[in-house]
Amino acid sequence: MSDTPATSLAERLAARFGDTLMISTQRNEITAELAAADLIAVATALRDEPGFRFSELIDLCGVDYLGYGQTEWDTTDISWTGFSRGVEGQAMGRFDWAQRPRGDNEPRRFASVVHLLSIEHNRRLRLRVFCADDSMPVVPSLTQVWPGVNWFEREAFDLYGIIYDGHPDLRRILTDYGFVGHPFRKDFPLIGNVEVRYDPEQKRVIYEPVSIEPRVLVPRTIRNDADLMQAKAEAADDWQRN
Amino acid sequence: MQEIRNYTMNFGPQHPAAHGVLRLIMEMDGETIIRADPHVGLLHRGTEKLAESKPFNQSIGYMDRLDYVSMMCNEHAYVKAIENLLGIEAPERAQYIRTMFDEITRILNHLMWIGSNALDLGAMAVFLYAFREREELMDVYEAVSGARMHATYYRPGGVYRDLPAQMSQYRESPWHKGNDLKRLNSWREGSMLDYLEAFTSDFPSKVDEYEDLLTNNRIWKQRTVGIGVISPELAQQWGMTGVMLRGSGVEWDLRKKQPYAKYAEMDFDIPVGVGGDCYDRYLCRVEEMRQSNRIIQQCVKWLKANPGPVMVENFKVAPPSRVEMKEDMEAMIHHFKLFTEGYCVPAGETYAAVEAPKGEFGCYLVSDGANKPFRVHLRAPGFAHLSSMDTIVRGHMLADVVAMIGTYDLVFGEVDR
Repeated sequence: MSDTPATSLAERLAARFGDTLMISTQRNEITAELAAADLIAVATALRDEPGFRFSELIDLCGVDYLGYGQTEWDTTDISWTGFSRGVEGQAMGRFDWAQRPRGDNEPRRFASVVHLLSIEHNRRLRLRVFCADDSMPVVPSLTQVWPGVNWFEREAFDLYGIIYDGHPDLRRILTDYGFVGHPFRKDFPLIGNVEVRYDPEQKRVIYEPVSIEPRVLVPRTIRNDADLMQAKAEAADDWQRN
Repeated sequence: MQEIRNYTMNFGPQHPAAHGVLRLIMEMDGETIIRADPHVGLLHRGTEKLAESKPFNQSIGYMDRLDYVSMMCNEHAYVKAIENLLGIEAPERAQYIRTMFDEITRILNHLMWIGSNALDLGAMAVFLYAFREREELMDVYEAVSGARMHATYYRPGGVYRDLPAQMSQYRESPWHKGNDLKRLNSWREGSMLDYLEAFTSDFPSKVDEYEDLLTNNRIWKQRTVGIGVISPELAQQWGMTGVMLRGSGVEWDLRKKQPYAKYAEMDFDIPVGVGGDCYDRYLCRVEEMRQSNRIIQQCVKWLKANPGPVMVENFKVAPPSRVEMKEDMEAMIHHFKLFTEGYCVPAGETYAAVEAPKGEFGCYLVSDGANKPFRVHLRAPGFAHLSSMDTIVRGHMLADVVAMIGTYDLVFGEVDR
């Protein structure tokens, strides 16, 4: 495996940046995690140095890791009353604006994930930067390195409230004019906060609190037993024919 | 002397040349653009957040509604991301079907683009010609999935079903009768592949017709040659992909460079522009239609000769057949679990990209091992392209902004998501 192209890039990254990057390879996709303070220096080097030449920033997005790996339906234990009903939990479909979870301080909650592409070497690389402070997530802006990141950072700011330090024009981009909150955070209700309608008396569009009920049709379930190996084993057994 | 000042002009969101719901705030000096500030998000539906609240398979239909003129390519990226994490691969026949439908989608998209772009720049007739062929390909979508546009045809592990053995025929009506009806139905006597064979042998002559209308048209050239010139460096700085990048002379196509599905086995060429202006991008897209036609022909040939399964035989991911369900209890249980709870995808993250007609359409998928995605991010090519608007149209005339919007090939379903 060591001479597959992706691994050699990982090796070169490790040799060049040392401990600055925490590199992991999964399915030939390389992810490098780094501290916010190193981001600009590393990004500039990745763009300019002949061994890397990541000339294009393909994508940048925010991720909110609140509730990562939490399940709503316990499938491993049976209590004396039977299986759990799968109605507990704090998934974003289950609460409205007033009931939203607050003060839940998950360490390393917000991350900014960047996908880079090197056209010259035909390689991809993923960079992940975690924000140090959850109440005020700040990441340095990459607009100096790749101007095309401008709108992607505006989007992540709009949807997750991640502040890109040094961004020339950090306005909301996708949500409505005058929108309150960051809608893609896991503690923002799926039904939203306000709804709009045309009011014939005032002859304009007005905002009202949402009238729909929060509802979840399928609980979030994590199963380790139902993995694909089992399906393969079942197929190999051919027990159905016996 | 009278003092002349710049003024600000609002363009859209309700404007026939805005391709949907683009709102542009432009600072003008006479008819020259000083600054253009696109306001997007008027079609923001929160697709990514909705996908996080549903089992994996239930979001495939949302993908059609992103870039709603290249439906199956969007599905392809999403399905590919799920397959990456599950570690499964679609059967060979399904891969050929996907390749074929990706190219049908590319033609559909480019036909829409050539029609609407010409319409924006004052050539009405091309739209009518392009929609004639678009309708014929829409019938293929309908035959295979039941829907003309929002197909939901690709599934993790393959495609929903095999290609139909017959095409639906036109019935006699006040609009279709006599020889006209006979001509319309003459292609539709055999299977869907026969129909596509007839279509692809005919289509290059139709592309010639569009070219007759535009390529040497003096007005068309005046409106596009030397307009919106993008240098290769600029294109890379702004994260451009697809024709926006190739029009500037950069040979970059995921179908060649990072082949997926069956593109590695296909024989086709990648057209590349020279000047990086709107006219070069027009030529690239027209040539892409011809190349897509070639790919479809190769797929049709293979698919006719090689029947086989189109879905993995893994009931954790793919539903069992109706017949099996009727006689086998296990199959019944699998079916029930699959359509209620869905399947759990191993924890991890992946980025899957396809060469959509507009550029690189990517899906960044984070799973924590649950039956719903933890985070889905959809990388829309139009979003990156439109963000460069201000840089590119500065100093152009107002009428050139319309040419530029057209050449970006914008669809706000994907820009706003």
